[in-house]
This record gives sequence, C-alpha cells and structure tokens, in this order.
Amino acid sequence: MRPNLVLRRRGWLLLLLLAVAILLPPWLGTYYVRFATQIAIYGMAALSVDLLLGYTGLITFGQAGLFGVGAYAGGMLIVLGVTNAFVAWPLAILITMLFALAIGALSLRTRGFQFIMVTLAFAQMLYYFAQSLRNWGGDDGFSTQRRNDLGFLSLESHATFYYVVLVLLVLVVWLCHRLVRSEFGMVIRGIRDNERRVAAIGFPPYRYKLVIFVIAGGIAGLAGALMANHAKFVNPAVLSWQLSGEILAMVILGSAGSLIGPVIGAAFFLAFRDVLSDYTEHWMLFFGPLLVARVLLLRDGIWGMLLRATGAGEVPKEPKVDFPEVPKPTAEEKPGAGP
Amino acid sequence: MTLALLIEQLFNGVQFGLMLFLMAVGVTLVFGIMRVINLAHGSLFMIGGYFLMAALDWTSSYVLAVPLAFLMSALVAVVLEIIVLRPLYRRGPLEQVLATFGLTLFFNEAVTVIWGRESIPLQVPPLLTGSVEIIPGGAYPIYRLVITGVAIVAGLLLYLLITRTRVGALIRAGSDNREIVAALGINISLLYTLVFALSAMLAALAGIMMGPLLSVEPGAGDPILILTLVVVVIGGIGSVRGAFVGALMVGIFDTLARVLIPLAIQTNATSALVGMAVYVLMAVVLLFSRTGLFAAHRG
Amino acid sequence: MSEFLLEIEGLRKSFGALVATDNVTLNIRTGETHALIGPNGAGKTTLVGQLTGELAPDAGHIRFAGRDITALQTADRARLGLARSFQITSIFPTFTAEENVALAVQATEPHSYRFWQPAETIERLRKPARKLLGDVGLESLGRRIAARMSHGQHRQLEIGMALATTPVMLLLDEPMAGLGMEESRAMSQLLASVKGRYTILLIEHDMDVVFSLADRITVLVGGRIVASGTPDEIRKSREVRIAYLGEDDDEFAGGLDAPG
Ligand SMILES: Nc1ncnc2c1ncn2[C@@H]1O[C@H](COP(=O)(O)OP(=O)(O)OP(=O)(O)O)[C@@H](O)[C@H]1O
Ligand SMILES: [Mg+2]
Repeated sequence: MRPNLVLRRRGWLLLLLLAVAILLPPWLGTYYVRFATQIAIYGMAALSVDLLLGYTGLITFGQAGLFGVGAYAGGMLIVLGVTNAFVAWPLAILITMLFALAIGALSLRTRGFQFIMVTLAFAQMLYYFAQSLRNWGGDDGFSTQRRNDLGFLSLESHATFYYVVLVLLVLVVWLCHRLVRSEFGMVIRGIRDNERRVAAIGFPPYRYKLVIFVIAGGIAGLAGALMANHAKFVNPAVLSWQLSGEILAMVILGSAGSLIGPVIGAAFFLAFRDVLSDYTEHWMLFFGPLLVARVLLLRDGIWGMLLRATGAGEVPKEPKVDFPEVPKPTAEEKPGAGP
Repeated sequence: MTLALLIEQLFNGVQFGLMLFLMAVGVTLVFGIMRVINLAHGSLFMIGGYFLMAALDWTSSYVLAVPLAFLMSALVAVVLEIIVLRPLYRRGPLEQVLATFGLTLFFNEAVTVIWGRESIPLQVPPLLTGSVEIIPGGAYPIYRLVITGVAIVAGLLLYLLITRTRVGALIRAGSDNREIVAALGINISLLYTLVFALSAMLAALAGIMMGPLLSVEPGAGDPILILTLVVVVIGGIGSVRGAFVGALMVGIFDTLARVLIPLAIQTNATSALVGMAVYVLMAVVLLFSRTGLFAAHRG
Repeated sequence: MSEFLLEIEGLRKSFGALVATDNVTLNIRTGETHALIGPNGAGKTTLVGQLTGELAPDAGHIRFAGRDITALQTADRARLGLARSFQITSIFPTFTAEENVALAVQATEPHSYRFWQPAETIERLRKPARKLLGDVGLESLGRRIAARMSHGQHRQLEIGMALATTPVMLLLDEPMAGLGMEESRAMSQLLASVKGRYTILLIEHDMDVVFSLADRITVLVGGRIVASGTPDEIRKSREVRIAYLGEDDDEFAGGLDAPG
C-alpha cells in the first residue's frame, strides 16, 4: 500500500479517537467524564513509560514511584496554598524530574534485568518514604479538599477539568511525537535498536538515557499532579509496585513503541476493571491471566491490531532489548554466519 | 541499649537474612539457569503460608501439616512451570516480567477468593513456644532458633546438592553455559522443571516458617519479593554466593536499622529512614559495583 | 608527536583462564593500512574491543594520536576519530539505510540534545549521509529499512557508518565476513578506495585482499603476536608458516602461494 494512503488512514483514525474523546464522555454523563479523566491521566503515565520502553528499550518497573512523587508534590502544593496551576504543575513536574535524575543516575548504571529490579526497588523506597510522612497522613494519605485553578478558570467542574487534562494529554502526545523524530529521538531509538553501535559512533549512551529518563519522569510527574487534582486525595498507593506493573501492562496491552497505544491501553485497562467490578470484586483474578495470555499469545497490542485491521500501517515490533546477561548463540560469533 | 538486646537483634537479623537467602537463591538459580526473572516468586512464599494454614485446619498437627504444605507448594510450582514458565524461556525479559507479574496479581486475588481478605494469625507450634537464655539475661524465642536452624540445614543441603550431585553438576554447568548442557543432550526441560520446583520449595519453606511470625494475608509475598530483588541486586544476579552474602547483609542491616536508627535520631524522619535503609544500602553498593558484589556473568 | 598514530603497549586481557590478548605491543603508522591476521579465536576481535573501549584490558596502554586513551569511554574514543566496523553486523535494524548513516553523521556534532526539528528534514545530516551511501554502493537503497536489507548490503552499510563519523583511523573487523564472490569483489574495491585516506587496521581472513592492500601485516596466534612486517617479510617468514599452518588454516597457505 502506498505510504501516503497509510498515513491518511492513520490520520483519520486519530481524528476519530479525538472526536470520541471530546464528545462521548459528556454525552454519557458525569460518571463517564470522571472515567475519561482517569483514562487520560493514566494514559499520560503510560506514555511516559513508553518513551522509555518502546523508544529507548529501557524496561522500568518503577514509574509509579515518579507518578507518585508528582501526585504528592501536586497534592501538597494545593494544601500549602499554591493553588494556581500555572505555578503548581510546573513545580510538581520539576520536583519529579529531580527525583528522576537521582534515581536514573543510579539505576542507569545497571543494565537489563538489574535495571528492572533496581527501578522497582527505588520506587518501593519512595513508597515507604511516603508511608512514613506522618504529617501527611502516613499510610492513609491526605485529602487536598480542592483542585488547582487556572487563575481565571476554576477546575472544580468535572467537565472543565476533563477538557484541561485532555488538552494537556494531546499536547504531551504532540511534544513526544516531535521528540521521538528529532535528532535526540534518533539517538534514543538508536539506543533501543543497538546500544553498542550508538556508543561506537560516538554518543555516550548513559547521558542520553538519563535525559530521556528525566523527561519521562517529568511527564509521569505531571500525570501524578493531575491525579491529585482529579481525586482530591493522595495516598501511598499511588507509588505502589502494583501500579508500576499496571502502567507497564497498559503500555503492552495498547502497543509499545507508539504514542497512542499506551493511552488506548490505559482505556482498555480501566474499562476492563470498571466492567468486571460490576460483577465481582475479584476482577484481578481475570486480569492476571489476561496479561499472561496477551504476553504469550498475541504479537502486538490493541493499537497495533487496530492499525493492521484498518490498513493504517503497523507499530514496530516489540522492543528488542539489549541484554548483556543473555549470551548470544555461539554460531553468530563465527565469521560468515549470514543474517 | 544493652548488649543483650543488641545480640538478640543480631540473631533476628541473621534469621531474617537466612529467610531472604532461601528466597533469593531461588530467584538467582532460576535466572542463572533459565534466564527468567520470576516476579511470581513472592507468591510462592505467600502460598506456603496459606497451605500451612489450610493443612493445619485439616490435620490439626504441625508434624503432618508442614510436609503437606511443602508438597502442595511444589505441586503448584510444577504446574506453573509447565503452563506458564516453559513458553517464557524463549521470550524476552519484558514478556517474562509482565507474565510473572500477571501471575502475582492472580495469586493474590485467588487466595482472597478462597480464604478472604483478612490476615490470618498462625500460632507457633506448641512444642516450640517459650524461650531459652542464649546469653545471661537474654532470652530468645525457641521458634526463631529452630527456623534459623532449619534454614541453615536447608542451605547446607542445597550446597551439597549443587557441589556433590549429578543434578548439581548440571545446575552448575547450566548457570555457566546452558548451551553446553543442551549440547550434551541432557533432558533440559526436566532439569528446568526440577530447578523451578526446587526454587519454589525454598520460597515455600521460607513462607511456611515465617507464617507464625508475620501473618498470612493476601499480598504477603510482595514486600518479601522486593527485598529479595534488592538482595539479588546487591549480591549479583545469578550468583548463589552473592545471594547468601547479600541476604545476610540485608537481613542484618534492615533489622539493626529498625532498632538503632530510632535510638539514634528521634525526629519525624526516623521512620522514613528505617524503611529506606536497605535501599540506601543497595544504592551504595551500586555506586561501587554496577553488577553487584559477586557478578556471575560478566559480559 | 611520534610517527605512530596508534600505539599499543603491553596489552593483556584474559577471560577466566583463557588469555585472549597476551602482552600485545604494536605500533601503527599514520596513513598505513595495517592488516591483522590470525586463525579463528586468535583474539583479533578482542583486541579491537579493547582499542574501542568496549572491553577493559587487564594491563597495558593504548595511545592514540599521542594521547593515552586507555581510560576513555567508547564514545569519547570515537569522537577522537577512532571508528570501527563490526565483524557481526551491528546496525540499527528499524532505521532506513539513510537514517543509519545520518545518525553516524549526527554523532560528529558536539551534542544531539535537540528535541524539536524532525531529523529527516535536516539536510545538514542527510546530504552527507546520501553521499556516503553512494560511496559504499547503496545509493538506491536509502529508504530501505535496514532489517530488510541483505547481508552483503549490511556489510556495506557498516563501512558507510564507520566513514560517516569522519574518522582518522578505521578499525575494520572482517568487513568481508560472509560475502559471496561478487560482493567480496565490490567490498575489496571499496576498501582499496579508502586505503590511504585513513589509517586502517584491517582484520581479514581473505589473504588475497590482505596481501594486496596491506602495507604491513601482523600475525596474531593465541593472543600473541608471532610476526609483524611487510607483506613480503610475512610471506617468507617460516615462523608464521609454522604457527599458522599448525592451526590448520588453508586460507593462509593459499595466501602464501598467491602472487603478491
Ligand atoms: N566475552 C568473552 N568471554 C569469554 N571468552 C571470550 C569472550 N570474548 C572472546 N572470548 C574468547 O577469546 C578468544 C578470542 O576471541 P576473538 O573473538 O577475539 O577471536 P578472533 O580472532 O576475533 O576470532 P575470529 O576469527 O573467529 O573472529 C576466543 O577463544 C573466544 O572464545
Ligand atoms: Mg573476530
């Protein structure tokens, strides 16, 4: 199929999704407006994981740690009286990026399986830290009472808040779209494809990985701050390792290596939970096996399937991660072994 | 703080470290041989505790219940290996992490469905209640001494298994070079099942023994799993020796931090420091060595 | 500054009990094409790995352009002008051929922390990339995804990427590995065309190519240098024959008999 046609179809698909996101929730009612807000927020968090996973080849199992830092920072700022979103949200992003810098600087020294475990461990450390914040409710967390405002515009109305979150999500997707195609984006995608080669041509991989880790941290921090606004409540569960896993699952369910896939994955995850919760409180009993089945049986996520079904191209294959622990087949080491 | 208290806490630290070792050695063996990272390892710990409780209900005898719980855990492990783990061996790390995470979610919920959400206290076996005086003025619970002993015996048996038997030779060969094992025509899938069952039984043993100390509840394996991963990172992934040293370090460090930090500093930050202590230890180790103390696989 | 561009002194590297680089001392003159030959497992790739910084030597020093680079990171060495190609094809499989080379061109800039302009629109990178693709014989394949190219084309792309970093010295690890007859001829022409423009360390099993291109040849066996000299000296050396034939390698025998 001609590339132009593929691109046009993808454009239509995106436009359709955007139209649904704008029109459907208010038409369905407040419950669904709040539901859609959640999707947009988790979608943003999942997007930040995808920048690492799908575009840099880094498997992080600790993004909830940064999401939670953003949520705590956002929530605390409201309580402390910083109500203007134009001040509070950038501040929350900045704080999260500082945490990401510290965590990334250490964990990016490791590779492969160790990186997974180390990110998980640091997120857990933040979890215990949040639990110990007695002044902020400890284990129970704290209520923010209210949302930030945009100065001229109150966000207490669920619909207004939803549209603000949606605009931010679209903005973040668009910025990421520019980012992954930029010169910097080529370097991180090069790292995903072949870190050794990136180093061999003269890019220090560690520094580029650290920069994208901090950028992704900032996006997760924004999502966290929005979550504090959405729920008007923050507790240590926003930093839990389960949430890290769930965000990773959203990315994979939706398709890694695409900027829309994670948002679709978030929608699927939340809808799955919502629908099943009507019937049983034990919806995890079904989600766990679903995740296993997705991993073992399907070759890509929902967005990938959707693109193929509509002839709108495809997402890249699941990221090949360069794992030092996995020995290469010895046959490859011999000269002359063809591809 | 008295010397007796310090010694008691050291004992506790060693005991906790040995439990972590039983967990970490499983993670490290499964990784070293099958190249699979198993996030469901904490579930096997949790299931051990639940099976002990169920078997106790059923037999009302620790002597019968403990072996029964042990066997049931091994059975679950074998089924798990055949259904989920086998297809994962040829998959990438991302798939392994997600699938085994999915298993954890499933097990946490499954025990809730069967036994409810409340945590269930387990009694220390009647024979092992009470304490003995290990140093003058320092009484120490018999139960803790016994499980420390059991963990040491289990560790020694494991050592003998790995260094003295044919299966052990295969395990060692496997973690050095699995192609060699495959090339020797050894029934590799049987070896894998055995290793996984072994690692699961060690986790269940830890879960069974910790049952009366912690309580049995959904998600009980999660914090232990994360500490286990910290141990593996510190010790160096794939290294049994690293798992041992790392486990003792984390066990003692964590236990002493819980006692000493509140004595030393009494501010709001105290409990934060206590909870974060082992992670700081991990960070420090990573600053000095990217691959942990005993990296088994340098590339 | 001395007449040598690359000076290797007392380099040693072992993997467990295996000594893969055994006290290697070797100097390479500016502008020369220096061939490194030796049987499989001699330690040639391991030596290159230490030169580029992927492997840390156990002992010894490496000087490049008069500067001790032993402790430098891979990327910093590349920026000094030390470029390599890989024995096992090492490219960016999801990129197009042009993107592969363009990223290597991009690596010559001071940094790439530019987040906005789409890389594909940056002619500053694309023009040299297209020219280099032409130089290595891939002009018509610029938009082909690298994963979908043939092995021979991958080998050409390897060279193109190495050249794109505007190197001073090329470390070419078996550029002809696995090529068919026709592809080999094209590759040796390509190598001949770059000879003299760069200082080259060429690892190659094809003795015709080695003896026709190299100014000097070093023979590595079991991690140790057994001989080093001009092609004529190497051809006549008894030690080389013994050491090499002892390893049962017919190719070298062919090379010995081949007309210079
Ligand atoms: N990472 C490693 N760990 C252990 N042994 C290694 C490692 N890399 C290489 N070796 C061993 O070191 C020796 C030298 O290998 P090297 O790849 O450098 O040889 P080579 O001369 O390039 O051979 P070839 O002509 O086959 O490419 C071999 O015996 C190889 O098995
Ligand atoms: Mg080689």
